[in-house]
Amino acid sequence: MEETKRKKVLVIGVIGADVHAVGNKILYHAFTEAGFEVVNLGVMVSQEEYIAAAIESNADAIVISSLYGQGELDCRGMREKCDEAGLKGIPLLVGGNIVIGKQSFEDVEKRFKAMGFDRVFPPGTPPETTIEALHELLDGKE
Amino acid sequence: MKPVLLIDFGSTYTKVTAVDVEGEAILGTAASYTTIETDINNGLNNALAELEKKCGKLTFTETYACSSAAGGLRMVTSGLVPELTSEAARLASLGAGAKVIKVYSFQLTEDDLDEIRSIKPDIFLLVGGTDGGNTECIVHNAKMLATLSPEFPIVIAGNRTAARECQRILSGCTVYICDNVMPKFGVLNIEPTQKQIRDIFLKRIIQAKGLSHAAALLDDIMMPTPSAVLQAMNLLAQGCEGESGIGDLIAVDVGGATTDVYSIADGMPRQMNTVYKGLPEPFSKRTVEGDIGMRYSIRGIVEAAGIDAVAALSGLSKDRVKELVDYLAVHTDVVPGDDDELEALDYALASLAIETAVSRHAGTIEETYTMMGKTFVQSGKNLTEVKQVIVTGGSLIHTKRTAQIASHAMFDPAKPSSLRPMGAEIRVDRSYIIAAMGLLSAHYPQTALRIMKKELENDGYTEQAHS
Repeated sequence: MEETKRKKVLVIGVIGADVHAVGNKILYHAFTEAGFEVVNLGVMVSQEEYIAAAIESNADAIVISSLYGQGELDCRGMREKCDEAGLKGIPLLVGGNIVIGKQSFEDVEKRFKAMGFDRVFPPGTPPETTIEALHELLDGKE
Repeated sequence: MKPVLLIDFGSTYTKVTAVDVEGEAILGTAASYTTIETDINNGLNNALAELEKKCGKLTFTETYACSSAAGGLRMVTSGLVPELTSEAARLASLGAGAKVIKVYSFQLTEDDLDEIRSIKPDIFLLVGGTDGGNTECIVHNAKMLATLSPEFPIVIAGNRTAARECQRILSGCTVYICDNVMPKFGVLNIEPTQKQIRDIFLKRIIQAKGLSHAAALLDDIMMPTPSAVLQAMNLLAQGCEGESGIGDLIAVDVGGATTDVYSIADGMPRQMNTVYKGLPEPFSKRTVEGDIGMRYSIRGIVEAAGIDAVAALSGLSKDRVKELVDYLAVHTDVVPGDDDELEALDYALASLAIETAVSRHAGTIEETYTMMGKTFVQSGKNLTEVKQVIVTGGSLIHTKRTAQIASHAMFDPAKPSSLRPMGAEIRVDRSYIIAAMGLLSAHYPQTALRIMKKELENDGYTEQAHS
């Protein structure tokens, strides 16, 4: 019998009181197409929901989207909660319109990295870029 | 005439129902005390003698039974995350007719093991992890359980990747492997586990509980009573070939110690601007409120609803309510009879028991404001469009105010977040035939359905709660 390799599992969703559903569906299809097992939590996802889903599915990474400008507030404390829940070191990726107003992306990226995010993506990032980053983070890891 | 005998070995009463499956009619019902300590057949024979007095000598062609005697089917479960696989395990067990004594989440501890040892469950349900997901927790829990050298059977229904490993760890114990109760995130698959639980109940638990004397008399079926009730309600709602059902429904059984609620309905969001959160719930859902009952759990009703509500509904003073509640908690066999004060109190208690139990069973909705405008977040079942409510239990049968009490199951504008029915027909099971019809439905679904439609008396239409 052919031994199939376990697919890498991603938990994705749109955080906070954010109902932008289209990008979420695009990401779901793009990640699935790229060979990932995707647990899609949809819109209006709380930090706790990402964590609960990641624990049950033994996820390899959590990909958070935020389109309505409140992402910084919604994402605060996520890394600490993951640590607390036993998901130590799980890659956290975030992207979309994660902050409001005209800010340089370098500053935004710096702030999110300080919050414990491994990768931060600016508005308009194509799914391929995120997929590439996921391969960098996850390939070769067991 | 073709008489069939249906028996319900209850914790207190053994109830017998004789049905003529050719004439599609109830021939008679009778009850006597359950005699589990001596020989279960004594109580059964007493009930049958009672039945014979009412309808003469009958020769039964078939006999079926269900049982909740000797503590019912007592289960303990363990899962991983409380609101995910642990909840799936709880829903699976309740739907199989079990009494869920304890639900553990995450890794079992030594203290938990002590507790499990003293609970001595009839069955342990071990789950955790989606398929291909977490294996660490279920494997750890299997190792912990193995140290107990348990005599109770263990059903493994977690991450399929870990199933065989758990079985090896528990070698020497009685182990059954089932499909995962939550194979993918947010997907429930509880039927295989429920089938396994019923199977174990039939093969093992009946003997262990001294019911096997009676089992010798029976043709094929023996199931936990709540499981028979759930089957009857499924049939009543959905119908069968050749006979239509009455549609989505809620059933409430207000007992002395617990209140059971059943809903047969999809309950998913109705509007586009509603987002569903949490585990989707089973189409046929059962919950049990262990703290809500008319006598043994009378204090639980007062605690949940508040003494002010009891006083207001009954028209009695708070002090008098306290006195009577203290009295009834000890004198559990007292019924109101012609006592107006007790009648008023029981009216209030039954109303609040229904309100509390149905509110806990039904889903909730919250309004939130987003950049895109008003949005609703629903969790649990939306039962607002359910049009049929079936009620049973002494406090609802022996009263003239059945529909008024049942109206407390309805949507309440003062508590708009609770998704209870907007308006419904109320039907009463006056002669306690529901469990019997569940048993009959296995071989005579059409007959069972037609008898229920006839016998479950319509008590009128009611809209939202009035206090």
